[in-house]
Amino acid sequence: MYSVDEFREKATMAKDKKAAIGPDINLDEFETAPVPHDYMADEQLCELPQEDQQRLIMAGLDVTKKDRGGTFFQKDTSVIHCHSQQEGIEVIPIRKALEQDWIRDYYWKLVAVDADKYTAAAELGLHDGYVIRALPGSTSVYPIQACLYLDKDGLQQNVHNIIIAEENSELHIITGCATSPHLKKGAHVGISEFYVKKNAKLSFTMIHNWAEDMVVRPRSVAQVEEGGLFLNNYICMKPVRSLQMYPTTHLVGKDAVARFYSIIVGSPGSEYDLGGRVFLKNKGNRAEIVARTISNGGKIIARGHLIGEVSEIKAHLECRGLLLNGGIIHAIPELEGHADGVEMSHEAAVGKIAQEEIAYLMSRGLSEDEATATIVRGFLSVDIPGLPPQLKAEIDRAIEESDKDMM
Amino acid sequence: MLLVEDLRVELGEKVILQHIDLEIEPGETHVLFGPNGSGKTSLLMTIMGYPQYKVTHGKIVFRDQDITQMPINERALLGIGMSYQRPPTIHGLKTRQMVKICAKGEMNEETLAERVNFKDFLDRDVNAGFSGGEIKRSELLQLMAQNPDLMLFDEPESGVDMENIHLVGRSIAALLQKDLSPDEAKTKMQKKLERTKMGLIITHTGYILDYVAADKGQVLFNGMLSCVTNPREILNCIGQNGYEECVRCIA
Repeated sequence: MYSVDEFREKATMAKDKKAAIGPDINLDEFETAPVPHDYMADEQLCELPQEDQQRLIMAGLDVTKKDRGGTFFQKDTSVIHCHSQQEGIEVIPIRKALEQDWIRDYYWKLVAVDADKYTAAAELGLHDGYVIRALPGSTSVYPIQACLYLDKDGLQQNVHNIIIAEENSELHIITGCATSPHLKKGAHVGISEFYVKKNAKLSFTMIHNWAEDMVVRPRSVAQVEEGGLFLNNYICMKPVRSLQMYPTTHLVGKDAVARFYSIIVGSPGSEYDLGGRVFLKNKGNRAEIVARTISNGGKIIARGHLIGEVSEIKAHLECRGLLLNGGIIHAIPELEGHADGVEMSHEAAVGKIAQEEIAYLMSRGLSEDEATATIVRGFLSVDIPGLPPQLKAEIDRAIEESDKDMM
Repeated sequence: MLLVEDLRVELGEKVILQHIDLEIEPGETHVLFGPNGSGKTSLLMTIMGYPQYKVTHGKIVFRDQDITQMPINERALLGIGMSYQRPPTIHGLKTRQMVKICAKGEMNEETLAERVNFKDFLDRDVNAGFSGGEIKRSELLQLMAQNPDLMLFDEPESGVDMENIHLVGRSIAALLQKDLSPDEAKTKMQKKLERTKMGLIITHTGYILDYVAADKGQVLFNGMLSCVTNPREILNCIGQNGYEECVRCIA
């Protein structure tokens, strides 16, 4: 076990280490000094300016907390609200959690602290983040909402999150990252470590709403034990200068399952490099990566990497891209089989909307624009199995909102 | 009524239809025969308004309007509908939503679907993984919701199993108002005179004629129409002499 000093030492060594992929960011351009904000009570949350509330809703955070099992809200560097209203579900700011010993079994255990300059920055200049934990056998009836909000222009927000679904528990999280309407430039570095224990089920739905000059570098790794299910949904339909992430999942237990669904709309001037990587390490493992990307003029690199290490595993990768108004979509699907008897497949397609489909809908009475919008909406609506209805509704709402902007 | 006058159509650089004259009166249903590749589907697509089928001569008139250059959706709104042989799959669009689009909120999709035994498919993506027969029923369902005045059917019975062929046949007859039976108030002839729906059906097998009493039949061969007569007679003739005889007619 590393001591606290060892993490710092390794991070210091890696503080200038470029990431393996993605454009390099000069972090010196950003400020990291803490920005204090007062803690807000429930009623104060509801008094936030309408404009801010709207931004938060788009990122999945409902200040009224209706149909929510708990809330974590970090503004810039400070946690301004943190609360769980469900028995068996804990929501704690990570700085507070780090005062206890048990968290050391999880902190920097999946993500390497010296992976690159971003992981290093999160250790050397940690602001805060959340620990969400479902105790053994507990079930979150309503999703827990977590929001990381950027308000101060030019800030680099460093967060570290740890999510633990203990044995036989069920946990649903909707997490949003958003910026205040006036913010132009900023950086977000987010470390996430997911632990899905025996027969637990974790769904994690992330909605990003960044600003045009934001740089974003999340670093996530998940570990799924026997019979566990990890469902990871990602939605990003707003502009961002540069976003690069390649979340990795290790299916270590028998019959563990991981499913990744991403919906990305790439705006002009934005560059996205994202995907998912799943290691299937035990019998009966299943993995599925589904990505739907639309470029409205932005550059999207959609990666997917499945690594089958043992036989009797099954995995599929699907990446479909639609070019609407120019831009680039680069699909990079990778399959790696390391044993006889692995069953892995992928399908990738990049192109424009088929004229035949538009004509078909027009012959049912829709105008050309209506037909195009209908096809795009259909393209973005992915059936995600195992998602509670509230979350499904949340995703539909996010898609609908950006649909309005796009058309 | 639909009036096609001396139509010449090009696809790419190639002339695929020429000297086409066709007249479908309100209440009439025509059947179109012809070997593979003779241009039957192209004729239907041209009437529906697919822009890649370029009309280089002649005109198409529907309900007294020249629709030769009209976009597809305007033709649809004017009352032309088509049942496709191989329609595209639209991912993410449920058949239920598609039927709603067709019905413009005026009809209940569940009730309609029940009539073509298609309720179980309403929540599946349009045409995704549908078998040949399922596609036909889905197309029929959409037409029923759209309820156009002129219906273009591209081989509506191909791929349909024996169990569903009755259903498909009867549904098409109902759409074309060919199922009207006499009642106390009106005789069969009176009912027939009241018919307004028009149909143009492509068939290879003629099975559809068992359900739909078509008024006229025509043969399309090498892009040209010939032989306007009783459809049964044409079917018998093709059965006995093949399309060879049509070549002689056109010559």
